[in-house]
This record gives sequence, C-alpha cells and structure tokens, in this order.
Amino acid sequence: MDFNTLRKQAKKYSATETGKTVRVAVLANHASQFLTKSVQYQAKINNLNIELYEADYNQIQSTIVNPNSEMYAFKPDYVYISHSARKLIPRFYGLDAAGKRAFASEFVSELGSLVDLLASRAGCQVIVSNLEEIDDSVFGSLGSTTVSSLLYQLRVINTQLRTLCMENRYLHLADVQSLILRKGYEQAFSPQQYITADLTFSTDFTVLLGEQLVQLLKAFTGDIKKCLILDLDNTLWGGIIGDDGLENIQLGDLGIGKAFSDLQKWAKQLKNRGIILAVCSKNQEMLAKEPFEKHPDMALSLDDIAVFVANWSNKADNIRYIKEVLNIGYDSMVFLDDNPAERDIVKGELPEVSVPDLPGDPAEYLPFLMNLNLFETISYSENDSDRTRQYQEEAKRKALSKSFTDMSGFLDSLDMKGTFEPFSDFDIARIAQLTQRSNQFNLRTVRYTDSEIADIREGENSIGFSVKLSDKFGDYGLISVLIGRKQSEEELFIDTWIMSCRVLERGVEKYVLNRLVDEVKKLGFKSIVGEYLPTRKNGLVKDHYHNLGFVQKENLWYLDLNSYQGFDVSITMA
Amino acid sequence: MKFEDVISQFNEIFIDVLEDDDIVLSRETTAADVEEWDSLNHIQLVVEIERHFKVKFTSMEIQSFKNVGEMCDAVVTKLQ
Repeated sequence: MDFNTLRKQAKKYSATETGKTVRVAVLANHASQFLTKSVQYQAKINNLNIELYEADYNQIQSTIVNPNSEMYAFKPDYVYISHSARKLIPRFYGLDAAGKRAFASEFVSELGSLVDLLASRAGCQVIVSNLEEIDDSVFGSLGSTTVSSLLYQLRVINTQLRTLCMENRYLHLADVQSLILRKGYEQAFSPQQYITADLTFSTDFTVLLGEQLVQLLKAFTGDIKKCLILDLDNTLWGGIIGDDGLENIQLGDLGIGKAFSDLQKWAKQLKNRGIILAVCSKNQEMLAKEPFEKHPDMALSLDDIAVFVANWSNKADNIRYIKEVLNIGYDSMVFLDDNPAERDIVKGELPEVSVPDLPGDPAEYLPFLMNLNLFETISYSENDSDRTRQYQEEAKRKALSKSFTDMSGFLDSLDMKGTFEPFSDFDIARIAQLTQRSNQFNLRTVRYTDSEIADIREGENSIGFSVKLSDKFGDYGLISVLIGRKQSEEELFIDTWIMSCRVLERGVEKYVLNRLVDEVKKLGFKSIVGEYLPTRKNGLVKDHYHNLGFVQKENLWYLDLNSYQGFDVSITMA
Repeated sequence: MKFEDVISQFNEIFIDVLEDDDIVLSRETTAADVEEWDSLNHIQLVVEIERHFKVKFTSMEIQSFKNVGEMCDAVVTKLQ
C-alpha cells in the first residue's frame, strides 16, 4: 500500500471508542513527519488508540539526556527510537580507519546508555529500530568482510542491537532491515525524496514502518492472535479429497503440492510456538481426516489439531463452536480459506475474526501470509509449545465430567494439585504473558511486560503470587497471577487478579483466596481490597468479589482477614 | 497529452492529496496560493503526480518548479 492510499483508508475509520490510549514518543535521527503520520493512520486502521509525541529532528540524545524535555512531560508508555543509517554516513566517513573499526561498538554502547537512562527516568518500554544495511560499494565485494567498511559496521550494529534487546527486558527491536529485505532498498529509499526533502525512507516505505510499530504496540496491549483455523480442500492440500481421493490430492511432489506442503510445515512451526491450530472444513469428517492419518506427505497430523470440525454447516457457526471449545475471543482467531465466498460469510457474521484474502495462486499463499505478520508477539516462553496438548487434555476432562452428576464429585475425581508461590525468576516471561493475554478472567486488565513483572517481584510495596495447577490428566502450568500493592501497613490492594479460562469452574479462585489470605496475614495485613474495572470482555468476573464474600463500599470491595473462614476446595497443595 | 488535459488531472490530484474540493489550479498557481500546499504535502503531490502519469521527475526539476504550469509542462514533455 502506498502512503496516499493509507491516508485515504484511515479516513474511512472512525476513532475507536474502546481500549486504553497508548502514549508513544517518536525520536528519530532523520525527518520523521511521514513516519509519524503513517503510525497514526495505521493505528486508526488497526483499532489502536494512540497519542503521539514527535521529538525535534535529530535530537535523540538531547531529548533523553535533558530531564526537562517535553518528551518526559508527555509521559510516554513507549518510546520509539528510529535511526536511519544514511544519516550516520557523514559521521562514519569522517573517521579514520581505527575509528571506523570501532564505529559500531561505540554507536551501540552510546545508544545502550541512552536507553538505560530513558527507561529509568520514564519507566517506559523502549522500541529501537535497527539500521538499513547499506552497501556503499567502496570496497566492492570485499565490503562484507572488511572491518572498516560501512556495510560491515552497519551489520555489526544490527547484530549488537539484537544482543542489547535480548539483554534488556524493557528494550525491544523493530526490525527495519527485515522490512527492507521484503521490499528491497530501491523501494525503501527514494533518491529524489532524499535530495529534495531529506527523507531517508521513502514516503511509501513509512507505511510499512508504521505498520511494524503498530503491530508491536498491539502485541504490548494484549491484542494478539492465538489460533489459526484452517480450511482443508485447496488450502491445506490441492484438490478436493471427496472428489479426487487420497492418492490424487496435491501434496509434496505431486503437481503444485509443494505450495501446500510448505504452508503445512509453517503452520506446524506456529503450533510449536504455541499457536492453536483448528480445522474448519465442509467435508465428511471421516474423509477429511483420512489424509492426516494416511497421506505420507502431510506435515500436520491429527495430534497437531486442537479442534477438528468437518461437516456441512455454515462455517461461521463452526467457528463459533471452535471458539466455545477453546474459550478465546474472536479477535484472537485467524481463518484461512481459499474460497472467497466462505471468507465473506465469516467476515460478515464474525467481523472480529481475521480473514486474510488469500491470493488465487497457492504458490503465493505462504509468502503472502508471512508478509502479513499475523502472529506478532512480544514474549515467548518454552511452555507455549504445550498448548495444543493442553487443549487435548481438556477434551478428556470434558468427557469425564459428563459421567458425574454432581460437580464436587467430579472435581474430587480430578485429583488436582496446586502451588501458590511468590513470583520466581523462571516464571517472569509466562507471568507477563498471562497479563498480556488474559481478557476474560481479568479484574482490572493491567498489562505488564517482563521488566515490570521483575520490578514487582523486587518492589518493597508490591507483592506477586503465581499459581500452578495439575490434575490426573496433565499439567496446566502457570494459570493464575495475583499482584498486590501495599496501601498501608494493614491494607493490601489487589492490582491484578487474572486466571486462565482453561481452569474455570475448578474452584481455583477459592483455593487462591485461601492461600492469599494465609500468606498476607503472615505479613501483617488486616484486609484485602479488590476492584473490578469492566471492559468489553471481562463480564465473566463482574461478581467475582461478591461471590468470594467481599463487601462492597462504593467502587471497591473489602475482605476482612480476621473473620475470613476459608472455602472448601478440591485442590491440595503440590 | 495536451497541457489542458494535464492541468485538469493535476487539479484532481491536488484535491485528493490536499483534501480541499475548492482548489482550482491555473498555470500561475503557486504554493502560496493554496493553504494546504506546504512542504510535506508537496512531497506527496510529486509522488502522486508521478504515479498518476507514470513519469519520474529529476531532483533538479522538483527543486526548480515555480508554479503549477511548470510542473504540467514537465509532464507534457515527458509524455511526448
């Protein structure tokens, strides 16, 4: 999309009425007017409330160093630092050979200390862009392996920036170089715009820069995709299984089978990362499952699919069913289908579901999907990869629950074991992730990053507990998080109480409250104060504190610890 | 393409980019005559004109345009 088209598209969207506003400061060493406009337009199109502050041209350092700069007064939640390599060239050319060899290290260490200062002063998350890997051809092909060449130093900068971002929890990378690989530098840079208007990124390329930043910001605010729903015929394989039969569907080396095999392999990688896969196909279930069971070139097996729906009903209804089983929001689902008519039905009935318009040519499926970057995330923990297994275990529990007529008998039969412990180092990523991803069982919907969770763990006036659960069918892992803020010596305010919806109706919240009361009594607290902040999605917990025996006073809920009796629960300590 | 055709298509592009339906361009119109025609929008106008007519201005041309007429003339020449 070009800049002008983006501008016109954005006009069609009205400002969003829901959701918190994110405050973003943009600091750039290049003319950033088009970049900030693109960010604004992309935010509007992508339903993100954003307030922007644009620092003066090429004032990154002074903006950060000066404690009285307007940027600090703006109180940003996020600071985006955008460097263009082209603007570093004059400085680089002015150095002698030794200076050139040290250029990257000095640039990154300077940036590192600036960012440290910024994060400690503003308490914000910082997003840094990496640099265009420009080859000035001064050393010919040898530039790649000559330490004092521009290309070599720019590449070192990009490598060191990655390390810097991995080492600092508050620091995140906007990989601009990967966008340039996608578009080509000839698209990313216009010599005429550079010479006449000093733009180091073409106006059209800022559309992608803006999109990249907005996708990151959306992931920060918890707006992410969790589930990929796949059609089968002509989406996961070429041809129609019901007509063509197992031997003739195109997969692997047969016909254009490679396009479909590649898509499957990619989906499998997503599943390994923690994206839930589901199937939604107009088919006879037995026939639809046959390739998964018997075809040698299928990369996906039935074990990879959390929910498999093959019937002749309306696909929107089937997606509603998948949502029921998985207990996630429509806005966290992506639906892939080669058939435009089916896509239109889903788009019309379930507008929150992402439905990419797959290209007509299957060869383009995968490149198209990769470019969309649908599955943006800001955190990853190893146990994400277990998610499919967890949903399959859940199906077994559902089957068991049908054999019981009373709930407590069922819960006892699950043989549940719980742990309730202060935040540990190992769990920080998962805890942050739960705060970012939980929308339904979430009393105040405060999102935290890894670094903020680490701060809570170490803070004197804050206390955090995480809860893990297992039962005879398997391990749920870390499923609930509580964050308390000390209001006074006697009063603890519950800043955050969230729980994964996978463990609803297990009595977990009662177990958690029992344990919380035990723990905070030891710390000398006399009462706990809770608050419910309604959002579009957390209606589930509107009576949470009422149900647990808290007493309402105005907008807050109070629990007196001395008179707290404790609930009977079916969860024992692990 | 004749000058008159080019300037009338210019007019459409100006209305679109500057979001002002009242713009009426003449050969002598300059940035000073159109409120929204600032340096940023000028960049966008150039991009859109290039895209629309499938031409490319040199940086020398971009820098030397004094009024709408000169821009149109450049397009007419390039399209010959």
